[in-house]
Amino acid sequence: MSLLLLSRIQFTITIMFHYIYPPLSIGLGVIILIMETMYMITKNPLYHQMTKFWVKIFGLNFAIGVATGIVMEFEFGTNWATYSRYVGDVFGSALAAEGVFAFFLESGFLAILLFGWNKVSPFMHWVSALLVCFGAHFSAIWIVVANSWMQTPAGYHIVGDGLHARAEITDFWAMVFNPSSMERLAHVISGAWIAGAFMVLSISAYYLLKKQHTEFAKASMKVAIILAMIACFGQLITGRIAAEAVAKWQPTKLAAMEGHFAANAPANFYLFGLVDEKNHQVIGPHIKGFVSYLIHGDFKQPVKGLQSFKNADRPPVAATFYTYHLMIIIGIILMLITVTGIIFFWQGRLFEKVWYLRILVPAVLLPQFANQLGWIAAEVGRQPWIVYGLLRTSDGLSKAVQAGAVLTSLIMFTLIYLLLFVLFIFLLDRKIKHGPELIEAQIDGSTHRASE
Amino acid sequence: MDLHLIWFILVGVLLAGYAILDGFDLGVGALHLFAKGDNERRLMINAIGPVWDGNEVWLVTGGGALFAAFPDVYATLASGFYLAVFLLIFCLIFRAVAIEFRSKLPSPKWRQTWDVAFSVASILTAFLFGVVIGNLIWGIPLGADKEFHGTFFGLLHPYALLTGIMVVSVCMMHGSIYIVMKTEGEFHDKARGWVKNCIIFFMIMYGILTMATMLYVPQMVANFKNYPILFLIPVVKLLVIANIPREIYHKKDFMAFISSSVAIVLFMFLFGSGIFPNMAYSNPNPQFSLTIYNASSSIKTLQTMLIIALIGMPIVIAYTVSIYWIFRGKVKLDEHSY
Repeated sequence: MSLLLLSRIQFTITIMFHYIYPPLSIGLGVIILIMETMYMITKNPLYHQMTKFWVKIFGLNFAIGVATGIVMEFEFGTNWATYSRYVGDVFGSALAAEGVFAFFLESGFLAILLFGWNKVSPFMHWVSALLVCFGAHFSAIWIVVANSWMQTPAGYHIVGDGLHARAEITDFWAMVFNPSSMERLAHVISGAWIAGAFMVLSISAYYLLKKQHTEFAKASMKVAIILAMIACFGQLITGRIAAEAVAKWQPTKLAAMEGHFAANAPANFYLFGLVDEKNHQVIGPHIKGFVSYLIHGDFKQPVKGLQSFKNADRPPVAATFYTYHLMIIIGIILMLITVTGIIFFWQGRLFEKVWYLRILVPAVLLPQFANQLGWIAAEVGRQPWIVYGLLRTSDGLSKAVQAGAVLTSLIMFTLIYLLLFVLFIFLLDRKIKHGPELIEAQIDGSTHRASE
Repeated sequence: MDLHLIWFILVGVLLAGYAILDGFDLGVGALHLFAKGDNERRLMINAIGPVWDGNEVWLVTGGGALFAAFPDVYATLASGFYLAVFLLIFCLIFRAVAIEFRSKLPSPKWRQTWDVAFSVASILTAFLFGVVIGNLIWGIPLGADKEFHGTFFGLLHPYALLTGIMVVSVCMMHGSIYIVMKTEGEFHDKARGWVKNCIIFFMIMYGILTMATMLYVPQMVANFKNYPILFLIPVVKLLVIANIPREIYHKKDFMAFISSSVAIVLFMFLFGSGIFPNMAYSNPNPQFSLTIYNASSSIKTLQTMLIIALIGMPIVIAYTVSIYWIFRGKVKLDEHSY
C-alpha cells in the first residue's frame, strides 16, 4: 500500500475514533449545566443526584477524549508535514487558540466538577459546570474554524512558490469567520447536543425498562428530550444553511453530495439512490430540479455538475453521496423519534410506552453514526484537496516518513484503539449498572454504598 | 525584543509548564511499583487524580504553539521522530487508561496488570522525552530541504540515552517530593525515604550528563562562552538542588517541591539558552539548522498569537493555581476517588 493511502487510513481511524467523544462532551456538558442549574434553583436533591451521575459519565468520556486528542495534535506533523509547513501560519494558530482558550478550561474545571464536591461551595461547583460546558464549546469553535478554513480558505495570501510556498494570515478575523465556519459550527454543535441528549435518553430508558432508579431516569429524560427537540430543529436549519455554503463555495463537493453529474442542467434531489460513477448517473427516487430550487429558488436553474470540472479535481462521488444521504436519513429518523417522544411527554405517557423506551436504548448509536457520516461527507467531498483549491492531499504528506513506519503505527493504533473501545464500553456498562448514588434521604437507614 | 525570541521563550514556558506538572505525574508513575499494597497504590494514583489530565493539556497547547509559531520545527520534528512520537503518545494513552481503569475492578490480578502498565508507561514517557531532548542538543541530520534524513535507531545514540535516563531521574525526584507532600502517616514516612534515593540517583545522572555535554557537545557550550552571565544559571541551579534535601530535612515539603520545580525550570532555561538560536540543530551540517528565524511563522501571525497568549495565559495560570489550591492538602480516599 502506498504512503498516501496508509496515511489517509490512519488519519481516518484516529480522527473517527476521537470524534466519538467530543460530541458527547459537548452535549453532556449542556445537560449537566441544565441539571445543576435546576439544582441551584430548586435545591431538589434529585437534581444533585442527576448531576453527580452524569458528571461521572462525562469524566470517563473526557479521559478517553484527551488520550485520543493528543494523537490528533501531533498527527498533522507526523504524517502531514508538508501540509503542516504550508498551513502552519493559519491552521496552527487556531489549534493553539483551542489549547489556550478551551482545553485548559475544560480539563481544569472538570477536576472540580468530578472531585470537588466537598471542597468548593455549591455555587463554585455550578460555575465549574458552566465553564466546563463553555470549554467544550470553545473547543468546537476553534477546531471547526480550522477545518472550515481548509474547506473555504479566507484571510490569507500565498507567499513563496514551488516547494517553499505557504499560506500566511493577512486578516485573522477573516480567517476565523471564513465563509463556512459559523454555519458548520452551528451544525456540528447541534449534532453534538443530539449525541449527548440521546446518551441520556438511552441510559434513562434502560433504567425505566429495568424499573430501577425510576425518579432519576424520568427527570433525566425530561431534560434530555427537550434538549433533543431543540437540537433536532437546530440541526435541520443549520444543515440547510451549511449546504448553501457548500453550494456557493465548494461546487465540486455539492455536486458529489447530490450526485449531480451533468455539466449544466437543473439538479435533482435524490432521496436515495445507487451511484453509477462510470455512466455518470444516479438511479433512485428523486424530485426533479429540487436542488436547483433549494439553491436558486427556481426548479429550472442549472447547477454546475461534476462534468464541468477536470477529472483530477473531482471528489469520489459514491462515498460522498452515500454518506451524505445516510446522514440525512438518520437525521430524519432522529427527528421522528424526538417528535414522538415530545408528543408522548406532552400527553404524560412518555414513561409508560415500553416499545418507545425500547427504541430509545439502541438509538444512542444513531447520532454517533450521523455525526461520523456527516464528517466523512464533508472531508471526502473536499478531495482531492487537503486545502480546497490550494493544496492537494497527495502533496501534503510527510517526506521523511516511509510507508513501513506508517504501517507500523497504523497497526498499533488499530490494536490500542480496539482495546480502548472495549474498555470504554466495559466501564460505561459498569457505571450504568452501578447506577446513580443514592440521595441523602435514601441513605439514612440503608447502608452507604462503598466507593468503586 | 523581537517576536521570534518572544515565541521561543513562550513555547519554552509552555513546555516548562508541562515538565513541572506532568513531571511529577510521570515521577509518581515511575515510583508506583515501589508502593506496596492496594491502599498505598491508590494513594499514589489519587494524589495525581484530579490534575493529571489537566497537566497533559500543557503538552497539547505546547504542541499547538510550536505548530503555530514554528511550523517547520513542528513538521520536521514530528515527521522525523515519527516512531518515537507515536511510541510516546501510546505511552501517554496507556497511562491515561491505566489511571482510569485500575481501581474499577477489585481483582488483584487486574489491578496488578494496570499498575505495571501505569508504571512502565510513565517511565517510558519520561525516557522518550529525554531522548528527544538529547537529540535536540546533540543535533539531528537535516537537509537543505528542512527535512530529517536519519533513522529511528539513529536517534538512540548514547548521549540521547543518557538524557533519557536523566529525565527519568528528574521526574522521579520531583514525583517523590510530590508524594511526600500529598500523603501522611506511615506511607508519608516511607515516601520520605524515596526522596533521598531519588536525589542521589538524580545527582549521579546530572554529574555524568554535565561532563558528557562539556566534553562531546561543544555547540551547547558556545553560548555560555559568548555570554558568561549565563554561567549564573548552573550555579543558581546547584543551589536550588542543594536546597531540596535541606527543605525535606526541615519537613518543609512544599518548599522542597517548589525548589524542584524551579530546578526543572532552570533545566529548561539552560537547554534553551544552550541551543539558541537553533530549535533543531543540524548535525553534521550546521548550516541546515532550523532556527527561530528561518522556521517561524509570519510576523503577523506571531503578533496575533502573542495577543492570544497575553489574553489567555494569565487567565489559565490564575485558574490553574486556584484549582491546585482547592485540591491542596493530603490526599484522602473517598467515594469520588479512582
